[in-house]
Amino acid sequence: MSVKRFLDPDQILPAGPWALPAAKERTVKSTGTQLPSHPSKKLTTPLYVKSVCQHYGFSKLFLLQALIRIQLRFGWVSPLAVRELSCQLKITGGEVRSIIDFYSFLSAEFQGQYQILLSNNITDTFLGQSDIFQQLCYLLKTPDGALREDSLVSVTMTSCTGLCDQGPAALINGHPIVNLTSERIKQIAILIESRASFNQWPQDWFLVSDNIREPGALLDRTVSPGQALSQVIKHSKESFLDELQTSSLRGRGGAGFSTFLKFSGVIQQNSKRSKYVICNADEGEPGTFKDRVLLQRHCQQVFEGMTIAGWALGAHKGIVYLRAEYAWLFKFLQDQLQTRRAQGWLGHNAKNLAGFSFDISIHLGAGAYICGEETALIESLEGKRGVPRIRPPFPAQSGYLGFPTLLNNVESFACITEIALTSGQKFAAIGTEHSKGTKLHSVSGDCKYPGIYELPWGVSIAEVLERCGAEDALAVQIGGPSGACIPRDHFDRCIAFEDVPTGGSFMVIGHSRSLIDVVTNFTDFFAHESCGFCTPCRVGCKQLDLFTARLKQRRIHAHELAKIKSLGELMINSSHCGLGKTAALPLLQLMESYPKLIEDSCIPATELLLEPECH
Amino acid sequence: MTQSSNKITIDGRAVCFQPGQTIMEAATEASVYIPHLCHHPDYPPHGSCKVCTVKVDGRYLASCSEKAVDGMEVQNNCKDLKDLRRSITQLLFVDGNHYCPSCERSGNCQLQAIGYALEMQENHYTQLFPTRKVDASHPDIILDPDRCILCGLCVRASEAEGKNLFKIGGRGQNSYLSVCSDSGLLGDSSISVNDKAAQICPVGAILIRGEGFHIPIGERLYDHQQITSVGNCRPRYNHSTSNLTERKKREGPEHSKPINLTTGKHTNGK
Repeated sequence: MSVKRFLDPDQILPAGPWALPAAKERTVKSTGTQLPSHPSKKLTTPLYVKSVCQHYGFSKLFLLQALIRIQLRFGWVSPLAVRELSCQLKITGGEVRSIIDFYSFLSAEFQGQYQILLSNNITDTFLGQSDIFQQLCYLLKTPDGALREDSLVSVTMTSCTGLCDQGPAALINGHPIVNLTSERIKQIAILIESRASFNQWPQDWFLVSDNIREPGALLDRTVSPGQALSQVIKHSKESFLDELQTSSLRGRGGAGFSTFLKFSGVIQQNSKRSKYVICNADEGEPGTFKDRVLLQRHCQQVFEGMTIAGWALGAHKGIVYLRAEYAWLFKFLQDQLQTRRAQGWLGHNAKNLAGFSFDISIHLGAGAYICGEETALIESLEGKRGVPRIRPPFPAQSGYLGFPTLLNNVESFACITEIALTSGQKFAAIGTEHSKGTKLHSVSGDCKYPGIYELPWGVSIAEVLERCGAEDALAVQIGGPSGACIPRDHFDRCIAFEDVPTGGSFMVIGHSRSLIDVVTNFTDFFAHESCGFCTPCRVGCKQLDLFTARLKQRRIHAHELAKIKSLGELMINSSHCGLGKTAALPLLQLMESYPKLIEDSCIPATELLLEPECH
Repeated sequence: MTQSSNKITIDGRAVCFQPGQTIMEAATEASVYIPHLCHHPDYPPHGSCKVCTVKVDGRYLASCSEKAVDGMEVQNNCKDLKDLRRSITQLLFVDGNHYCPSCERSGNCQLQAIGYALEMQENHYTQLFPTRKVDASHPDIILDPDRCILCGLCVRASEAEGKNLFKIGGRGQNSYLSVCSDSGLLGDSSISVNDKAAQICPVGAILIRGEGFHIPIGERLYDHQQITSVGNCRPRYNHSTSNLTERKKREGPEHSKPINLTTGKHTNGK
């Protein structure tokens, strides 16, 4: 099963290579020119920036949205664009640049007519991503992947692109290309050299399979717009909330907070205040791709859940925060929303909503893992850098623009629809005492059948491994780098909030792999993604990164282990948000579970005398 | 249930607080010093430096941003916290390029003073040696990002003044203090020496030109006193009086006046 995605000039991604920036792009001069009445394809930078600003009502709130569109239109945010943005939005260039520098997908320098971003998640590495990188650099004559002299192409690494089940994967000007092989790389190089538009590329390369291996209650169901909504609005809001409470649904993003309590938190606020419903589709945890599949195949279930939440809370506005890596889904999701509107299930005074108004818009992220943290996500929605806020107040009290906000994961909203369609009791009949319902697992890594498995909470790790055909697993990383690394002799443990919690990432690490490589990859990821706000995380992540790099080269001293352990504890104790609190976990768990491995990686005592540092 | 009395204890000592106050605010009013860098009573809490971490029921909390709750038992002075705060200070030292002996702020620098107070002997962690450019484009003010600890005080001070001169930009290890002018240079911004934003820097990242070393090293605030006893004071510079000797005369004796432990303000008015 897969979704065919045809390239379309109206969609947000460019249809062809980005234009080479003209020399004048670099000279900064603002224009006061009027927009042409029919914006043609050949809009110059200032005109395009102005039209984008106009689209967003010249509001600073949409600065990030404007920036990501400019980036996708031109391949960079040129000084000219920065200047024009600052003129139009009445902010300074310094302010605009401070945002550009925060997000990985925005760049103040031209990255080439073709920008190849290779996913560097550990599962992509398992599938030979580094060879692919070497080969690409060789064929395209871009040493180290840096921008080629003629500005045609650059090859860089990016954090997990959510295509782990079909890696090694890349994004080329935002278009996903999966299952990269040596053969395909050769063809890509030829197409790039000939400056081919993406319409001329083999279209099946852009097909992203959904790889649903084991559907359950959520994935077996196809929901048409209004199917669940028409049922719940017949009854009172209270009875729906009762169902939600009975279901004991816990947030599916990873933290597992009670969804009913989140709803109650928003309801308790002044009923006259505006309220917002936000769907967190910033699926950044490496190895997680179940939200991608939900949005590809079951987005009506998600939108339905958001609309039900809006109805129950009295909110009129819903926002989907879609990660930039999934920008290729933007057009498809917009069309799906349009279908709902056309059928009267969405929009201002929609005909089927019985006097209640609710509309959903999609906002794009711009490449920042931290924006998966709820308050950082809200900051990002407000057009700022995604730095987590001080909590309390929680989003339920003061969220988007200071209004009470319900923020939930994509899968949680799909579960809400499921509860509305069936009942809280039926939902709670599956699972364990503290984890009800089913859970979508994104299985990747060293197994025969990577993909999506919807299984009841409480399933044992061994059972998942059996289903996905992983026979010689050395360990499993559950819940992504911020989760837990479960060694082989603990495979009888259960995936549930009581035992091993998860946000949906299940990465199988085969026997031939080096756990030190895995931990180095994770630590590197955290150092790259730390927002830099608090000292323990900003500096601590970098220190861990430097340490693991030396660990990999077996250049550490035994006496350093205690130091790094106490740094890890400091980060857990005093970091501002979850990222800093979990960044040291992969290394600490490795040190705890595999002391022998670490010991063997230290410089042997016999060699110590030869090490100049020790003299 | 007993009636709420709005009291917390800090290291066993009872301290009253107004509802809504943070632990830091309650402590300051009771003249209990909690080490801090990014906190300033005039501005909203930032909670980024984490030097003010305290322990409540075994949990570590940033006292500048955590609201006081009746009956809270706060630990502020214990070996555990001293070690943690020292480590955080060491992390701050390796994060930038802090060359105390040649820095104009040496002796008046809060980072250095906290290092002294926490008995920091060495950097402990791997020095990161970032490459950052000095911004000397302004005639009266110099910005040396090498020494910036990203506390955001200048950002908040400038926001409060309605000028919005600074923002923190970038991400992670590449975070930097961004000047909100079109060129990103201080010289193109509307900053002036009398702005709070120009004077508030707790370290030597934002320096006012023309007053270098007018108080010799060795005679500065923290050269002889601990930050734990004098708080965050450093000489205030009034540009309306440009005569150096006059300035010295005015600022000199102020040091001997009693100082509010946290604000650095002299307790007898201005």
